[in-house]
Amino acid sequence: MMAAALTMGLARQLHSSPCSDAAPDWTYREVSTGTTIMAVEFDGGVVMGADSRTTTGAYIANRVTDKLTPIHERIFCCRSGSAADTQAIADSVTYQLGFHSIELDEPPQVQTAANLFKEMCYRYREELMAGIIVAGWDKRRGGQVYTVPVGGMMTRQPVSVGGSGSTYIYGYVDSNYRTGMSREECLQFTAKALSLAMERDGSSGGVVRLAVISEQGVDRQVILGNQLPRFSAA
Amino acid sequence: MATASVLQARSAGFSFENCKRNALVEANATDLGLRVPTARKTGTTICGVVYKDGVVLGADTRATEGMIVADKNCSKIHYISPNIYCCGAGTAADTEMTTQIISSNLELHSLSTGRLPRVATANRMLKQMLFRYQGYIGAALVLGGVDCNGPHLYSIYPHGSTDKLPYVTMGSGSLAAMAVFEDRYMPDMEEEDAKRLVRDAIAGGIFNDLGSGSNIDLCVISKGKVDYLRPHDEANKKGVRVNELDARPQAGSYKYKCGTTGVLTKAVTPLHTELVEETIQTMDTS
Repeated sequence: MMAAALTMGLARQLHSSPCSDAAPDWTYREVSTGTTIMAVEFDGGVVMGADSRTTTGAYIANRVTDKLTPIHERIFCCRSGSAADTQAIADSVTYQLGFHSIELDEPPQVQTAANLFKEMCYRYREELMAGIIVAGWDKRRGGQVYTVPVGGMMTRQPVSVGGSGSTYIYGYVDSNYRTGMSREECLQFTAKALSLAMERDGSSGGVVRLAVISEQGVDRQVILGNQLPRFSAA
Repeated sequence: MATASVLQARSAGFSFENCKRNALVEANATDLGLRVPTARKTGTTICGVVYKDGVVLGADTRATEGMIVADKNCSKIHYISPNIYCCGAGTAADTEMTTQIISSNLELHSLSTGRLPRVATANRMLKQMLFRYQGYIGAALVLGGVDCNGPHLYSIYPHGSTDKLPYVTMGSGSLAAMAVFEDRYMPDMEEEDAKRLVRDAIAGGIFNDLGSGSNIDLCVISKGKVDYLRPHDEANKKGVRVNELDARPQAGSYKYKCGTTGVLTKAVTPLHTELVEETIQTMDTS
């Protein structure tokens, strides 16, 4: 998936960059959230986490990005891929879901939000570069995590990771995830996984942003760089 | 993956693919009396900072056409609405037209709502337009203003992504300016400190980036008041060479006294010109 993403990145650069005789590459490179994002279901809600780095080429355009975007009161999405594409998709889905919720006269289902993302990501799959994790709480199915990777597939998973840094933590996630973890355990699990990815992936870094969504609402946290869990003495 | 396009491997050296086509176009252009235009870019340093009572926007004033300075004193801080201004880097025409279009639409919107426009509205309009053009409009913008919800500052990229931050820089000199910001930015600064910080950030871009230069323009926006300071700092006055480190004007005299170089031989040949033809063409001043 990473190889495909890199190729897509190259293809984009070749035809969309204006001539640059003296300008460095970050002046015309597309802004990308080369990222690590993650979401975990627990009984009663979900825990979502993301790093905070947005890059244009080798330059960090924003080191405190908020990649956990609210779509509705108890539905958030984690964005990875092209910053412009994911922001535009999220804005569009937020509008559609808000409209739908008013028509329904009740809070929308997480599955609905995930489907809206899937529709857009699949229909425009050739033009977009967006890997999105949709997560939230609704009263019908409780805490849910749906992943919509590049290409527009949509599937529900108890744990999902995404972005360029996710490749470094599949092993950690697969071996350390257990069903029936508590809210606190999920928070620790997510924070550690993201720290490991940020340590190894050049395109991920900054701070760790966490969000817990449950029936009670949304609880947001930030873990600053010096407070991140550490794994080696180095 | 279906999206993997047929990528031609980038070969080293020059690419002569378009030469034949360009020659054809240029040949026909002269027949019609057209000159092939070159895109003028503002290789630029622009930045903005949020301070206690509002925002300060700053920009240099050099517009380049390749390696030549096309305009030594161009204005890069554009009006959007009475309480919102926007600095533009990238292709000069794109930033100019984009800001004008959004300014016009925002005025109509403001008349329709009966309220002073919000910075978030201008941000939405700009990002949705730039996204629609998929990055082909080369406009990188720093949008700042004060509305009913306080001061706001956004950076907007050509592909349509935006970031809402307390301090932003854009353009080819953005790295130099960001270095100054990362060192000295503090939340809730006073106006004079904020102006000095922005001035120093732009100066960092002007003196360390070849694409930026000339003077420093500032725009201080606070609730109910806008100070458009153009120029705020004439960092590069013509004919005045200043040693930046000493800040002393160094106007040395480089004329040598007559006789410094010894003359060995001298040969004088007067050039006689004779009048061959004289025509008078009257100007029609009616």
